Amino acid sequence: MTRPKLQPFLRPKHIDQIPCGTCFNAGHLVDANAGWRTDTPVLDQSLCTGCLQCYLLCPEGVIFRAESGLLIDYDFCKGCGICAHECKAKAITMRKGGL
Amino acid sequence: MTHAHKAFASGNEAVAMGVRLARPHVIAAYPITPQTTVVERLAEMVEDGSLRCEYLHVESEHSALSAAMGASAVGARTFTATSSQGLLYMVECLHYASGGRFPIVMMNANRALALPWNIYNDQRDSLSQLDSGWIQIYVEDAQEALDMIIQAYAIAEHPRVLTPVMVNLDGFVLTHTYELVDVPSQQSVDEFLPPFQTSNKMDLDAPTNMGFTATPADYMEFKYQQHRAMVDAAEVIVNTDRAFGTNFGRNYGGLVDSYRSGDAEFILLTLGSVTGTARVVVDQLRAEGHRVGLVKIRYMRPFPARELAALTRRAKAVGVLEKNISPGYEGTVFTNVNSALAQAGSSPLVLNFVAGLGGRDIAKADIARMFEQLAAGAENPPDERVIFVTLQVAVAPEALVRYADEGL
Amino acid sequence: MIEVRWHGRGGQGGFTAARLLGLAAALLEGRHALAFPSFGPERRGAPVLGFTRIDDHKISDRSAVTDCDYVVVLDETLMNPQIAAGLRPHGKIVVNTATPEKYFDLAGGHEIVAVDATSLAQKILGRPITNTAMLGALVAASGIVRLESVIEGIQQEMKPNLARNNVEVCRRAFELGNGGTQ
Repeated sequence: MTRPKLQPFLRPKHIDQIPCGTCFNAGHLVDANAGWRTDTPVLDQSLCTGCLQCYLLCPEGVIFRAESGLLIDYDFCKGCGICAHECKAKAITMRKGGL
Repeated sequence: MTHAHKAFASGNEAVAMGVRLARPHVIAAYPITPQTTVVERLAEMVEDGSLRCEYLHVESEHSALSAAMGASAVGARTFTATSSQGLLYMVECLHYASGGRFPIVMMNANRALALPWNIYNDQRDSLSQLDSGWIQIYVEDAQEALDMIIQAYAIAEHPRVLTPVMVNLDGFVLTHTYELVDVPSQQSVDEFLPPFQTSNKMDLDAPTNMGFTATPADYMEFKYQQHRAMVDAAEVIVNTDRAFGTNFGRNYGGLVDSYRSGDAEFILLTLGSVTGTARVVVDQLRAEGHRVGLVKIRYMRPFPARELAALTRRAKAVGVLEKNISPGYEGTVFTNVNSALAQAGSSPLVLNFVAGLGGRDIAKADIARMFEQLAAGAENPPDERVIFVTLQVAVAPEALVRYADEGL
Repeated sequence: MIEVRWHGRGGQGGFTAARLLGLAAALLEGRHALAFPSFGPERRGAPVLGFTRIDDHKISDRSAVTDCDYVVVLDETLMNPQIAAGLRPHGKIVVNTATPEKYFDLAGGHEIVAVDATSLAQKILGRPITNTAMLGALVAASGIVRLESVIEGIQQEMKPNLARNNVEVCRRAFELGNGGTQ
């Protein structure tokens, strides 16, 4: 899966480093949204059936497939809890705190 | 019915309260940040019955001002409000309204223009429309916002003026900031602001043609008449402000307001809310023995050319602080000021401080630095008179070599 | 001039607290105040800031609040190493927490006044909306306005049922902020 990379933003130091007319390279993000989270989803691989509903329903698209199973990108998970709510296998639980 | 009282209100809420007191017949509105709470509050007032008027939801700003014109054309007192992109969307209507001599009052929340997309405060939206034929006011705080809505109708509807008025509030800084305001009673406003009466309207008893064409044989005379009305408005503005002071105990100095500028060597000219911050800096520098002062430009149209020339006559250097730039040249306020001073034969050094674009904060230290630059400039006039304040990047060519290795 | 910075999340009523503080000082105590939110698109859950300036004479300064005398944190998940940035030497941090000891190292030497506003609000309001509780806690920690002024402000600004419970929450938080027990 192509996923956006988190790349720190280096402030331009010279005017020529400012993009021309609001056009710039895409494919990366500069800010993690982890700070928005008050509760954090935790996925138990042993209970996961691989139905992919959480992956489909996540409004931020932070659940992704890896060799080891489904993973959650905690840099961008806002903790909305939809994945935990929708998981029929009850493999995802919301833990208090930003983890 | 409003009784005189104090309120802790935002600039937008103050505008809405002022509009209610002015008793408009028709409000046509389209929401846009950071004006939205004005039109929301007015809608609530219509719903709760405290404001009795026709409230039109329209689908764009172009329609909002068109609807206001239509209402004005039947003799109704009207109000609308907008900001930045919305103001520019209605630009052809601005000229229609002023050419048609419809005394509409519109609040504009000063906000930056795309691109880049930015919803924060600067003044390029209204300053780019100085030629639209509208009287333009820039208020410093929520109290002035409320008071100027009332004064705006008195000025706009005056038979020698009959010109629409734009009341500008700095977006967020004034629109969304809560402060203490004195809300006058409905009765006192009714005594100050008589019902709108005009012959410039459609009337079944005295039919008129309106909104007609003028050929090259006649068009220029209309424009001269419009221009004269705006010039004559200056006297009406001063008299209205004086009368407001008599009725309500508050007045604002007319076209301009000066603060400690009488014996000042270095004077800063300001528009809108930044005037407040500048007052604090003037006090700080005066306490240190510097002879500094400021003049708040309240009206950009009609332009207070004589007043500004007179108030800056003895200064060594004058700074024009504006949240605006006309790309490729200079700030528009600077252009207007230079013309006024040149025509008056006045010649202090004038510097243009371009600051606050896109909502960038203007700190007290930034303003203090401007006074330092005026002092330095008075001794050694710089070649470059247009100074962008608080840029976060180097702009000199040599600096690029140093930063070339540090990519984004 | 006294300056207060409020840290909350969109939807928690942080700005309402900033505004009620200003209202209490300006409208009800005859002083002057400015209250303004951090400006920008906000969504539920996003960290937001509110500011209140209070003075005895008219406040002209419209520049951003950089230094402040009190920092109020409505949601302890917002505590971070920069939380005390700009807080003046004698300034205090008022935090909604049951476990203030967790944050001593983030306080940068400033005094922490801790009130478990969430539990209080949950108990009295039935919802974890902590703004009026934290307002009471700030009043206890600072004394910049009288509690009665804040209470009158709440009664003025909220519908009677809501006001009654919020006044109780505010008062309780004030008592806790003054060293009372939960």
